[in-house]
Amino acid sequence: MADLTNDRIPTVVADGVDIVYRVNGTGAGRGSATAALNRMLRRKQTEKASGVRRVHAVKNVSFVAYRGEAIGLIGTNGSGKSTLLKAVAGLLPVENGRIYTGGQPSLLGVNAAMMNDLTGERNVHLGGLAMGMSREQVRDRYQEIVDFSGINEKGDFITLPMRTYSSGMAARLRFSIAAAKDHDVLLIDEALATGDRSFQKRSEDRIRELRKHAGTVFLVSHNNKSIRDTCDRVLWLERGELRMDGPTEDVLKEYEAFTGDKSPKAEPKPKAAVPS
Amino acid sequence: MSQVLHTPPQAPAPATDDLAALAARHGLSVSGARPSLPEYVCQLWARRHFITAFATAKLTAQYSQAKLGQVWQVMTPLLNAAVYYFIFGVLLGTKHGVPDYIPFLVTGVFIWTFTQSSIMAGTRAISGNLGLVRALHFPRAALPLSFCLQQLQQLLFSMGALVVILLCFGVPVRVSWLLALPALFLQFTFNAGVSMVMARMGAKTPDIAQLMPFVLRTWMYVSGVMWSIDKLAQKDSLPHVVTVALAANPAAVYIDLMRFALIDSFHASQLPAHVWALAAGWALVAGVGGFIYFWKAEETYGRG
Repeated sequence: MADLTNDRIPTVVADGVDIVYRVNGTGAGRGSATAALNRMLRRKQTEKASGVRRVHAVKNVSFVAYRGEAIGLIGTNGSGKSTLLKAVAGLLPVENGRIYTGGQPSLLGVNAAMMNDLTGERNVHLGGLAMGMSREQVRDRYQEIVDFSGINEKGDFITLPMRTYSSGMAARLRFSIAAAKDHDVLLIDEALATGDRSFQKRSEDRIRELRKHAGTVFLVSHNNKSIRDTCDRVLWLERGELRMDGPTEDVLKEYEAFTGDKSPKAEPKPKAAVPS
Repeated sequence: MSQVLHTPPQAPAPATDDLAALAARHGLSVSGARPSLPEYVCQLWARRHFITAFATAKLTAQYSQAKLGQVWQVMTPLLNAAVYYFIFGVLLGTKHGVPDYIPFLVTGVFIWTFTQSSIMAGTRAISGNLGLVRALHFPRAALPLSFCLQQLQQLLFSMGALVVILLCFGVPVRVSWLLALPALFLQFTFNAGVSMVMARMGAKTPDIAQLMPFVLRTWMYVSGVMWSIDKLAQKDSLPHVVTVALAANPAAVYIDLMRFALIDSFHASQLPAHVWALAAGWALVAGVGGFIYFWKAEETYGRG
């Protein structure tokens, strides 16, 4: 855990956070119709017997994030990274514990507000408004957003419906819209994976810029290189538990040993024992 | 390392107090807590441009793949009215004794459709947009409101078609047409309120969306959309209480108000007593009540 005593300003404090999903209709045990009836008739009975599955996605995670930090979140698939980000953003309720935040953390998730049948242009407006920008702000930054996304580099694509975009183009537009706002805390979930190399470079520059504006950036990625390039601290989640929290190099080394990723870049070092 | 997902959480870390104290010292707030009611209203007001933009976007996206495009905005309600005319006007003969039956029917169908689709859209407002709710921060009431606004825009298209129909059937243009505006405003408030109630219920129990079409269809048949409640009352075949209740139900009130405003052969005597008070009362109860009911569960929306 980072030093609590110096005068760095915390932006996100997670205090023993548990997150549990409840899933209806998995039909655990018996026929799902009977289970559903049971559930309605006997509200008070234990959730397990009534066919509701509990998925404990994040278990007792605590950390403090400070202003100006870029924090990478790593872990194998299904280890709770995205869930934790959503909880930090206040979009998923926590079961136990508390998450304290300064300012409004925003998840890079404008895609949910965007509509594939509308043009890129209208989606920029809609996405901007959805993130809480005013109409004037959207109008002022419109050109900036389009230029940054590079959508118009190969012709006038911004006036075409988004369903005609390639997945990379759509992802670039999404990131450009989200990054147009100055966020106190920006949470990015696998956004940089789809763009081409030149766009990834621009995105990484933008993330550094956001950090300079006194923000905190969280980045979920399976691309260890983009974590190395942008983050100075890494949280490693495994099966919902916080397995390691420390400087990027240290954690990534352990993680690469754990996943068996023998990337040639990693310096040959005596392998540390995997904590378990 | 545990293999199962059901393992109970470990005891909280000893640093708990320190972290809470640290958060308090720097004035951090708990993530995802529900704002107070006045604060909520302010947030919602700040998002008004998003609400309108989202409604318009939904409306335009609706027919963007169709060859005829936005023509369907007018075609759909007209076809609807044609079907009802064929079934009720021609085959079942409810038109006997109702002057200007086609304007009467079309007004009824359009106004009813506004309430019906607002409530249906409201029921799915949260449960059908979980992606949006889980990805972005905004007062959730923006969703049902936005869907109602979309239906209002849709209704305005229909009203354009209605005006043409009225003129074709020789209904004169009168000053009383202006009464359509307050009537629509009250109906919109009522619809928005009911949508917010349904949105909260639908968020908790998505099954309600399966049930609503039946409830709404029953409601439509008792609200005098294609027959005249007033005619039924004159027949004395039903107890007085029933006909009063039928005429005072919000859908019938808004439909009859609009008919009274637009159609010259629809007289004030066909309206229930204190009709404007009724219309305003329904709007106020549903609007304010629905909003508060929705806000009470604000922080719970979005959990699967």
